[in-house]
Amino acid sequence: MTISVAMTVNGKPVSGKVEARTLLVQFLREHLGMTGTHVGCDTSQCGACVVHVDGKSVKSCTMLAVQADGANVTTIEGLASSPDKLHPMQEAFRDNHALQCGFCTPGMVMSAIDMVKRHNYQLDEATVRHELEGNLCRCTGYHNIVKAILAAAPAMKAAGV
Amino acid sequence: MYDFAYHRPKSLADAVSALKGKDEARPMAGGMTLIPTLKQRLAKPSDVIDLGAIKDLAGVKVEGSNVVIGAMTRHFDVASSADVKRMIPALAELAGMIGDPAVRNRGTIGGSIANSDPAADYPAAVVALNATITTNTGKHAADGFFKGLFETALKDGELITSVSFPKPDKAAYMKFRNPASRYAMVGVFVAKTGNTVRVAVTGAGPSVFRVKAMEDALSKNFTSAAIKDIKVPADDLNSDIHGSAEYRAHLVGVMARRAVDAANK
Ligand SMILES: Cc1cc2nc3c(=O)[nH]c(=O)nc-3n(C[C@H](O)[C@H](O)[C@H](O)COP(=O)(O)OP(=O)(O)OC[C@H]3O[C@@H](n4cnc5c(N)ncnc54)[C@H](O)[C@@H]3O)c2cc1C
Ligand code: FES
Ligand code: FES
Repeated sequence: MTISVAMTVNGKPVSGKVEARTLLVQFLREHLGMTGTHVGCDTSQCGACVVHVDGKSVKSCTMLAVQADGANVTTIEGLASSPDKLHPMQEAFRDNHALQCGFCTPGMVMSAIDMVKRHNYQLDEATVRHELEGNLCRCTGYHNIVKAILAAAPAMKAAGV
Repeated sequence: MYDFAYHRPKSLADAVSALKGKDEARPMAGGMTLIPTLKQRLAKPSDVIDLGAIKDLAGVKVEGSNVVIGAMTRHFDVASSADVKRMIPALAELAGMIGDPAVRNRGTIGGSIANSDPAADYPAAVVALNATITTNTGKHAADGFFKGLFETALKDGELITSVSFPKPDKAAYMKFRNPASRYAMVGVFVAKTGNTVRVAVTGAGPSVFRVKAMEDALSKNFTSAAIKDIKVPADDLNSDIHGSAEYRAHLVGVMARRAVDAANK
């Protein structure tokens, strides 16, 4: 079944024709060519595909594109305010060496931003570790990811994002 | 994933009629179980009826001494509801322990209960709190609703609309998580209302079940010491790479005692 969908992705209106079974992540990657959002598993467990839909973190591999019709979607490509100015969370990942291969990073960053906002910019290490339960990283051992998120929380608050 | 026809009705009545007469039509709540199942081609529905646009199916209300939770209420919204936290804090905590933040943003109470996964958390709360499940055709008592592995008393085309939980005097849920999936290896929900105690176990068997011996002992003496010698037989329990039936039987005792201690705090 072919269906027309229209949504806002990173502030821009987009539309397209999809099958009912097209996943949101396929729509982003294959229809829109936005390959920043990754697919790391088949079981909805790894979190590499996390994007924000109407401000909430969701696994875009476990949502149909048609379910996002009319929604406001933010992906990793939509975070930096300009090509030379990263989002404070991206900056903190860079400063703290919170990535190695980078495969999990888009999902980590999107989950981390949602986490910081839900906790009103105030987190401790135990909370960050617990909240990362839906994001798997095979490289870093998580220590630097946790450090980056703790560093980004006050930076996000200061930057008002 | 096989393709299907997609419907997004705006009202319950439209959803019910979209399901009618199609044997292979499936309702979809948050898709947190259904979409992974479709991706693995374990199901091939002709039609998927998305309940996401039916506004009155989501939300928490207090009616007298009951908390009534709409079928489409997301786990995150139950975990953070001021009414649920005030009336039945153990239920809010349970919702906050399901999966991970992204799963909690999409997964729903109706989908979880309709699915009757042996390792799901909500069934333990439904049974221990003696909740009532309302559907488009009537009401189901908690006892008898969960029939077995992925099996409930719901008829074809019957949709859960809400679940009503009576406020207990004391309650707590303790879950031993599978470290990878975060589903319950064993979860025990204990609730005390007047002199009645109900103990419901999830994760251990093919479906949620009550432990009568513990309920009787706890009705007389609501302390963890009262159940320290009660053993659950391992015979019908689940055995898999995550744990043997004997290990799960042991965990039922440990989680039940911890739940009673937590309820008494
Ligand atoms: C990574 C991951 C980890 C998870 N961890 C846990 C966990 O720790 N504990 C836990 O309990 N669960 C866990 N879950 C499952 C999660 O709680 C979902 O809520 C649950 O799978 C149901 O999903 P859903 O609400 O999105 O329903 P769907 O997936 O949309 O539907 C599930 C089933 O219910 C039917 N259905 C849906 N709504 C209704 C209705 N109103 N009336 C009748 N039938 C209906 C559907 O047809 C389908 O068969 C996890 C899921 C994932 C992906
Ligand atoms: S790709 Fe979505 S959770 Fe792994
Ligand atoms: S940096 Fe390689 S998977 Fe996380």
